[in-house]
Amino acid sequence: MTDTPEDPAFVPEDYARAVAGLLALPIEPAWMPSIVANLRVLHAAADLVGDFPLPDEAEAAPVFAA
Amino acid sequence: MSEQDWSVAPAATIGAAVTGGAVRARTVVAASLERIARIDPAVNAFTAVLADRALATADRLDTARDRGANLGPLAGVPFAAKNLFDIAGVPTRAGSRINRERAPAPRDATLIARLEAAGGILVGALNMGEYAYDFTGENIHDGNTRNPHALGHMSGGSSGGSGGAVAAGLVPLALASDTNGSIRVPSAFCGCFGLKPTYGRLSRAGSFPFVGSLDHLGPMGRSVEDLARAYEAMQGPDPADPVATERAPEPVRPSLDAGVADLRIAVAGGYFARGAGADALAAVATVARALACTRTVEIPQAARARAAAYLITAAEGAALHLDRLRTRAGEFDPAVRDRLIAGAMLPAPFVERAQRFRRWYRAAVLELFREVDIILAPSTPCRAPPSGETTLVLDGVPVPMRANIGLFTQPISFIGLPVVAAPVRLDDGLPLGVQIIAAPWREDLAFRVARDLERMGLVRAPVATLA
Repeated sequence: MTDTPEDPAFVPEDYARAVAGLLALPIEPAWMPSIVANLRVLHAAADLVGDFPLPDEAEAAPVFAA
Repeated sequence: MSEQDWSVAPAATIGAAVTGGAVRARTVVAASLERIARIDPAVNAFTAVLADRALATADRLDTARDRGANLGPLAGVPFAAKNLFDIAGVPTRAGSRINRERAPAPRDATLIARLEAAGGILVGALNMGEYAYDFTGENIHDGNTRNPHALGHMSGGSSGGSGGAVAAGLVPLALASDTNGSIRVPSAFCGCFGLKPTYGRLSRAGSFPFVGSLDHLGPMGRSVEDLARAYEAMQGPDPADPVATERAPEPVRPSLDAGVADLRIAVAGGYFARGAGADALAAVATVARALACTRTVEIPQAARARAAAYLITAAEGAALHLDRLRTRAGEFDPAVRDRLIAGAMLPAPFVERAQRFRRWYRAAVLELFREVDIILAPSTPCRAPPSGETTLVLDGVPVPMRANIGLFTQPISFIGLPVVAAPVRLDDGLPLGVQIIAAPWREDLAFRVARDLERMGLVRAPVATLA
């Protein structure tokens, strides 16, 4: 699982800044390169999982037992 | 027995000797404490040594024996626990700086209590990667656990202290946790046996969580018999853990020596062959040859399974720590903090998709277990790297070390399969590990294979000779 090629629709720095506001996460500028690197790896992982066709009936795995 | 060095004796030997009166539990514990004081400064496996508690427990055990009480299969056996296990009276730090401010735990974790009920004696708490988000055994707050077989190399993580303590002969048994590989990786790097049981088999009550839907607890040790004794002592329902099974304990020792002739064993190919170094593949091939295994199976979509485990880990871990990230981010290990912050930012549909994929993958792998009983795979892609190394070369491509050491463990724990991680020594160099993977709830089969390999001398965990 490595970084994906640049996706022009996704600018991780902009995304991180915007979502940090939503999450009330204070981020120091010095942390941004590492956060961005991690976001790129997660983006690649999400692409890989998202590429796999799943039936609509496939429910999430964690089970709640009443 | 007077010449016996009790500090490095197997749990089974200690249990028999204490039960039979050949040695007092206090003598065994004192020998273990002396060895920890002498050796651990070089290994840095312990974050707390509980000498007073351990000696008091030993005295109670000796008194009980004098009264004719039944002491249990682990009578007088010293053990230690990764510091995410609650220990009564001690703040549960989980490898962090922040958690040191927690109130002391009111009681011991369920698994500690069960090992002590079987006669075990807790002697201390063990180092780990911060909040268990680690495969290296490195910790910026407590210092790195060093590999007892080569002090300049990683112990593996996040249960690095557990691997280091067992390999250095400081205790015969240690408790550890495994979310994505944190028992199996240090077992490989430090050359120990480790059990990651079926998800839900052993209670996690009284342990600090990481990723609830992936967290497992289990034992590490230097022999299959010792591992089995600890595993058996810890089984049983526990209402305090919402996912703990209600199954009655299922002992594994009665069938331990049943051999493997009736088992269908296969090597994991595809993904598990592509990303591994030559040594890791040689370890698996050596074990497979000894088991007369010629079959290869492909675990379907293993790369996607690993990616999905990665996403779920990042998101669930981040959700757990969100408040601490908001208010105390500067007190985290920066490498852990930045992974968690990125995880907090994952869109919910990505995580839900990963959980739905998990359902598909579980069904596909269970189908595979209709054809085979055991699957063999490398525990790690390489031997223990030098401490501080940040890049790993996989398939000729440099990739980040921290995230990729668990390449082969993540697709297995993702669906909670039981694994005995067995240590293989190809030469005089550092050990490697092989995962002996079984279908859910069939730990007994993985134990049988490990025992057969141990009997043949192919997997073993000698105490490290420290300079």
